[in-house]
Amino acid sequence: MVNRKGTKLRFIAGEYDVAVIGAGHAGCEAALACAKLGVKTVIFAMNLDSVANMACNPSIGGSAKGQLVREIDALGGVMAKIVDKSAIQIRMLNKGKGPAVQSLRAQIDRRKYQQEMKHVLELQENLDLKQAEIVDMETVEEDGVRKVTHVVTHTGAVYKCKSAIVCTGTFLNGRIIIGDVSFQSGPDGLFPSIRLSDTLTNLGFKLIRLKTGTPARVNRRSIDFSNMVPQPGDEEAVPFSFETEELEIDQIPCWLTHTNIKTKEIILENIHRSPMYNGSIEGIGPRYCPSLEDKMVRFSDKDRHQVFVEPMGADTEEMYLQGMSSSLPEDVQIEFMRSVEGLENVSVMRPAYAIEYDAIDARVLKLTLESRFVDGLYFAGQINGSSGYEEAAAQGLVAGINCALKLQGKDPLFIDRSEAYIGVLIDDLVTRGTREPYRMMTSASEYRLLLRQDNADERLTEKGYKVGLISEERYANFKEKYRLVKVELDRLSKTHVSPTPSVIEYMEKIGSTPLKSGASLEDLLKRPEVDYEDVLAIEELNLKDKGLDYERKYLPKSVIEQVCINVKYSGYIKLQLQQVEQFKKLEKKLLPEDIDYDEISNLSMEAREKLSKVRPASIGQASRILGVSPADITALYIYLTRRKEK
Amino acid sequence: MNYVEDTIAAISTPPGRGGIGIIRISGKESVAIANRIFCMAYGRLGDFVLNMPTHTIKYGFIRDPESGEILDECMLTRMDAPNTYTKEDVIEINCHGSYAVLRRVLELVFRMGARSAEPGEFTKRAFLNGRIDLSEAEAVMDLINSHTEEARKAAIDQLGGRLSKQIERIRQGLVSVLAEIEVNIDYPEYESELVTADVTMKTLNSVIIELEDLSKSYRQGRLIREGLKITIAGKPNVGKSSLMNALTGYNRAIVSSIPGTTRDTIEEYIEIDGIPVILTDTAGIRETEDVIEQIGVKRAEEKIEEADIVIYMIDSTEPDIEEKILSIKKPLIVILNKIDIETNYLEELGRKLKNYDVIETSLTEDIGVKEVFDRIKKYFSEEKIGINTENIITNARHKTLIDTSLASLKKAVENYNTGMPLDIIAFDIWNGVNTLGEITGASVNEEVLNNIFSRFCLGK
Repeated sequence: MVNRKGTKLRFIAGEYDVAVIGAGHAGCEAALACAKLGVKTVIFAMNLDSVANMACNPSIGGSAKGQLVREIDALGGVMAKIVDKSAIQIRMLNKGKGPAVQSLRAQIDRRKYQQEMKHVLELQENLDLKQAEIVDMETVEEDGVRKVTHVVTHTGAVYKCKSAIVCTGTFLNGRIIIGDVSFQSGPDGLFPSIRLSDTLTNLGFKLIRLKTGTPARVNRRSIDFSNMVPQPGDEEAVPFSFETEELEIDQIPCWLTHTNIKTKEIILENIHRSPMYNGSIEGIGPRYCPSLEDKMVRFSDKDRHQVFVEPMGADTEEMYLQGMSSSLPEDVQIEFMRSVEGLENVSVMRPAYAIEYDAIDARVLKLTLESRFVDGLYFAGQINGSSGYEEAAAQGLVAGINCALKLQGKDPLFIDRSEAYIGVLIDDLVTRGTREPYRMMTSASEYRLLLRQDNADERLTEKGYKVGLISEERYANFKEKYRLVKVELDRLSKTHVSPTPSVIEYMEKIGSTPLKSGASLEDLLKRPEVDYEDVLAIEELNLKDKGLDYERKYLPKSVIEQVCINVKYSGYIKLQLQQVEQFKKLEKKLLPEDIDYDEISNLSMEAREKLSKVRPASIGQASRILGVSPADITALYIYLTRRKEK
Repeated sequence: MNYVEDTIAAISTPPGRGGIGIIRISGKESVAIANRIFCMAYGRLGDFVLNMPTHTIKYGFIRDPESGEILDECMLTRMDAPNTYTKEDVIEINCHGSYAVLRRVLELVFRMGARSAEPGEFTKRAFLNGRIDLSEAEAVMDLINSHTEEARKAAIDQLGGRLSKQIERIRQGLVSVLAEIEVNIDYPEYESELVTADVTMKTLNSVIIELEDLSKSYRQGRLIREGLKITIAGKPNVGKSSLMNALTGYNRAIVSSIPGTTRDTIEEYIEIDGIPVILTDTAGIRETEDVIEQIGVKRAEEKIEEADIVIYMIDSTEPDIEEKILSIKKPLIVILNKIDIETNYLEELGRKLKNYDVIETSLTEDIGVKEVFDRIKKYFSEEKIGINTENIITNARHKTLIDTSLASLKKAVENYNTGMPLDIIAFDIWNGVNTLGEITGASVNEEVLNNIFSRFCLGK
């Protein structure tokens, strides 16, 4: 730092174990995990009013993302709890498509979300929250290992630290593009972070350029909702956190309208003014959320596209136009928006824009999200090539946990592809890399029937407890829940009913082929048309027919849910578990960290290069790298055996 | 994925005719598989392999536990881990050398849960399990790699790429079905121009039919590799056994003679100018009250059903032609036997059989036997045996993969019909596509994503 007089401003402002750079969704989870695990942590935000900002959709969850949020919760993260406090609408998506693909989605009051998160950070012991731009990171090389030692703010404050977690989101070298206009900027009118890119480049990170975009925000008073279709929340909203018992929520609806031929004409007439098509955007944007002009060009036969009008909060008139992301000039934006039914007189509050930013190629990271060549330097969120608040939070949590564990000399936390979407997300980013912002999708998981939102607690609470983020009380509740599940499953398989008259009558009534001989309650529940209440009713009728007493034991809803899914899907769950068993065998064949791939003569050139770059932890991870063939994997096996013999 | 420690099996002796042939099974399930298919003399059942000490050999029969059919007489060796070639549990079955017999036994082993070993895979396991040393292993690995490469090339080039093109086309159909389903799951709020479920199911059903044809074509490919099944049928005492003897004796290529599970069926394996033939002599077909004979007759009818060619024998000294002959829908060679005996019916029979392919023989005088051989060869070369599908599956691994894929896809349709939710239906389709992908080695996940993004208009 040089001040106006040319002298270096520099003062030691504090000493921490961990410095978290960026207080978005990744940074908040990372900092909270570190602090809760007992390491002294500082987190920096460009602006404290933008902590945990939702720069794009005012919504959290959705297909696969909803699963991520529940996993974050089960592991001890905070996102789900803050969603439950700030949601203005909750829906379970994909109801009726099977439990494996059901996902929660919430509309969020984004200001409330920010405030809640900021307050949580402020209250957290071991954690300091500071407004500053980090412009530099200092490292030292000791015994051939490069380590982080300090982070430096734009005001010249130097913080000593042992580790740093970089969560720069779209701020890093950010540039906003609106038609012919482009300027350096962070998201949502915030300052960009420019200088840190150089620091990363100097440390040896190759930066890539990614792009994303967001639609306009408009004033509710200027919208005519009379011909739009309301999109209400669920009558009975399910909370995101396994710990939330009561949800207080006034389900505020979203609205659906459509673009039309006129919209298309306006866009196509002005397409030459789009930076996407005149070459002024170099970053690669995500295919799954194209801008409206991109849709018009790529799907030119379609005359109609959906537009969801979503509230930005409970006490604001600002509305978000999902489906209308654009980087066309502002005048064109206004013109095409006004061609849409209900938006004829729309008053734009913030225009749509595209934003370009720097990211690293995450293949230089370990599965713990730590850099392989700078000790104690972690990366999480969009800087790793992901997109989405949930993806960011998931990475932040894993990076934070691992950073703390390493500082305390403990074993790292690994979550593999068969355990959680978090595992799929990190493995995909770190092993395969990405060329466009990566969005979590359920189809990315090979074990989707196991990675359900309903059993995220079963999959991850134990891990969260071992790490130290799950309280004793919560752990005991969790244990009790699954003990009850086991007891009930056992009871259903051992309790038999016979085809007594009222049993037959009941089964006919619910359209189920009546029993001809005795059957277990489990067999009954396996029938698609029979639900848990039916099973209990049949049990009761059977006992009464036999002149016996019946006393119903009431189980919590969450227990019954697990019992039903386990019984009804048992065959498929077993099949997936077999697939997981095969998968685990390869994951357990570990590759030593010091392996020199140039030494292995049987490897193809491409495999050697890719393996050296990714440095996979296991044979299993190696087999997922693009460009590594089965023959290369065999060569790795040989090499491993040779090492063992030595 | 090849590195999974499942149970593998292969014919371990070189191809071609030999005195004996060995089938080797290696892996956790070897003993259990062998136990299910091994029986003592004449079908005496029991846990003989389970109770057998390790590193011992036992005499018995290979029996299909589903049909009860005896496939071959054999010597079975059990070798428990770790003192075996692969350091896993190993079973070796010494069969008769005929390729046809070996194939049938091997297929039975596959059906019991083993999978086809890749070239060099036993050696690979031997190495991976640390039994052979590094220099050996490296030498073998070169071999394995070149083999695998060759095998892959062979599979693709063999049919001028036609098979892989067809599989690829089928797979693409399935990938687009998956894209429909996945977009529905991952973008629930979008009215993505979703084709209705019925259309998706229609695509699935047509894929199933195509795969079934391919799977069936393996049977036809089998003819080329393993031989023609010929059943000799006819009334009692028309000379069927004499024909059998003449065909086998003449050829001097008998490899084995196995009694059927009923006393009335005899199978012989012969080769006619390199064409392997499985010859079955059946009980005489006639109406009978005798229970044992009825069983024989029923068996004969089954054998006619299984046959690729039926040789129907008629006694030229008797004037009547049985109704039975009319009901045979297979390629048919009619033999008028005993023409050395004076008969007045030749002309009448000739008229009645004018639509049939008739050979006159006298087996006692060795007349007409050569014609029978010639006719069989002609049938084979003219493909009168019905090889007429687009492609023929010749590789047992491909057949196993296609059948596995078929089973998954059928399950998906069944689940759709019984109202199971989408996640379950998708699970089976994914398995089906992934299994097919193992034939051509494609990564499906990536493809489905690409397909989704290129076909559906999604976004914020």
